Amino acid sequence: MIKQVGKYFIFLGTLFTNRESFRTYVQLFIDESVKIGTDSVLLISIVSVFMGAVTTIQTAYNLVSPLIPDYVVALVVRDMVLLELAPTIIGIIFAGKVGSNIAGELGTMRITEQIDALEVMGINSASYLVLPKLLATLFTYPLLVVYSAFLSLLGGYVAARFTGVITPQDYTYGIQYQLNEFMITFAMIKAFVFAFIISTISSFMGYFTTGGALEVGKASTSAVTNSVIAILAADYLLAQLLAEFLAAV
Amino acid sequence: MIKIDNITKRFGDKEVLKGISAVFKPGQVNMIIGASGTGKSVLLKCIVGLEIPDEGSVLYDDRDFIRANRNEQIEIRREIGMLFQGAALFDSKTVEENVRFPLDVLTHMPMDEKQDRVNHVLSRVGLENVNHLMPSELSGGMKKRVGIARALVNNSKYLFCDEPNSGLDPQTSILIDNLIKELTEEYNTTTVVVSHDMNSVMQIGDYIMFMYEGHKVWDGAKEEVLDAKEKAFNDFVFANHLMKVLKEQMG
Repeated sequence: MIKQVGKYFIFLGTLFTNRESFRTYVQLFIDESVKIGTDSVLLISIVSVFMGAVTTIQTAYNLVSPLIPDYVVALVVRDMVLLELAPTIIGIIFAGKVGSNIAGELGTMRITEQIDALEVMGINSASYLVLPKLLATLFTYPLLVVYSAFLSLLGGYVAARFTGVITPQDYTYGIQYQLNEFMITFAMIKAFVFAFIISTISSFMGYFTTGGALEVGKASTSAVTNSVIAILAADYLLAQLLAEFLAAV
Repeated sequence: MIKIDNITKRFGDKEVLKGISAVFKPGQVNMIIGASGTGKSVLLKCIVGLEIPDEGSVLYDDRDFIRANRNEQIEIRREIGMLFQGAALFDSKTVEENVRFPLDVLTHMPMDEKQDRVNHVLSRVGLENVNHLMPSELSGGMKKRVGIARALVNNSKYLFCDEPNSGLDPQTSILIDNLIKELTEEYNTTTVVVSHDMNSVMQIGDYIMFMYEGHKVWDGAKEEVLDAKEKAFNDFVFANHLMKVLKEQMG
């Protein structure tokens, strides 16, 4: 375990040494951003809308009290979406979709000697293959989190409007009520950290695959499992660190 | 010229290569042969730097590859072309992009010039009008030919081929062998081929090195193969029916 962690950090170091020229990475970055970001939009849209709608309905049914104003439902939904649902739950889904794809792609390249081919040409294969994925994930994931938060709140609005659990006026008032802007910063910090975790762990698992098709499958599974565990651990640590700051401001 | 000296490689307690030395000359096809599991591919990986030998040296025209710093190693590597066993073409790129890849990443050549070079090497390996096909649309023999084109597009001084005939029918094998031989002579490359196919060895091999259990057991020209005395080498050579017939005919 400790050996693997050490190997992971050495691997991260190799991403930034003996890089190719900047122009080489530009097109790769664009391609990866499309593959990682744009291709995830549909899945994230569907999940986000339903996540917001379900959260609104369930919160409304659990906050039935004459002492609690209706707009509090929207306020709870907003805080949940910004602090947890958009960055973390979408992160877990993203790890499943993108993480397994990265590990599978790199694992297949490893067992079919495509990575060796790059090395023989004198190209730093780790940097050439992984750095664009890392940068593309760091660029696209925070955008997807913002998009997911917007759609979740929209999904909540639609649910409120069509089920009548709260009025649309209460909902729009609630999601704006006493908004602490640091929550958005907090969500973005989480998004960057989770993007880094997903891309690097998945790449690490795929890059060091040995064997055949079976091992590529195992690498994909490990990539998702380890990324999810790391996301949850990082989520807890960030919650500890940043929630205190959030309370202070 | 590539000179390897006393190459030794261990994986844990197991010594896979036991002090192998040889000289591979330019303009000729140097063949490393032996049964499966004798360390041929590990030796090739040590020569091209995919494995680091525990002892010994690899000299590319008197430049010590193993002890060179990272930049010097990269410089040497950029003179190397390699055909992998499964061709190792990049799945997500077309034939043209695969062949152009070393030029795209390693040079600042104008696009027109790169295109000319790609078309030239593709026609040289007998592949025209396949530029826009994906590797998945190619046959095994075509993949190998694209692999050779990619290995040579950057005017490589050293060409390595790992089992170039594996998985190919006899006719395509001969075609690939002839191509390797012709290109070696045409570009004066130092070519090293790992193989266990005796037909291929006798057809294109200029210098032959036989490995057995991590040792170099025999080396010499193909004309000397039938006169070799080493038992392990003879067992390997005459396991091939045609070689056995040839030996009987020659008495």
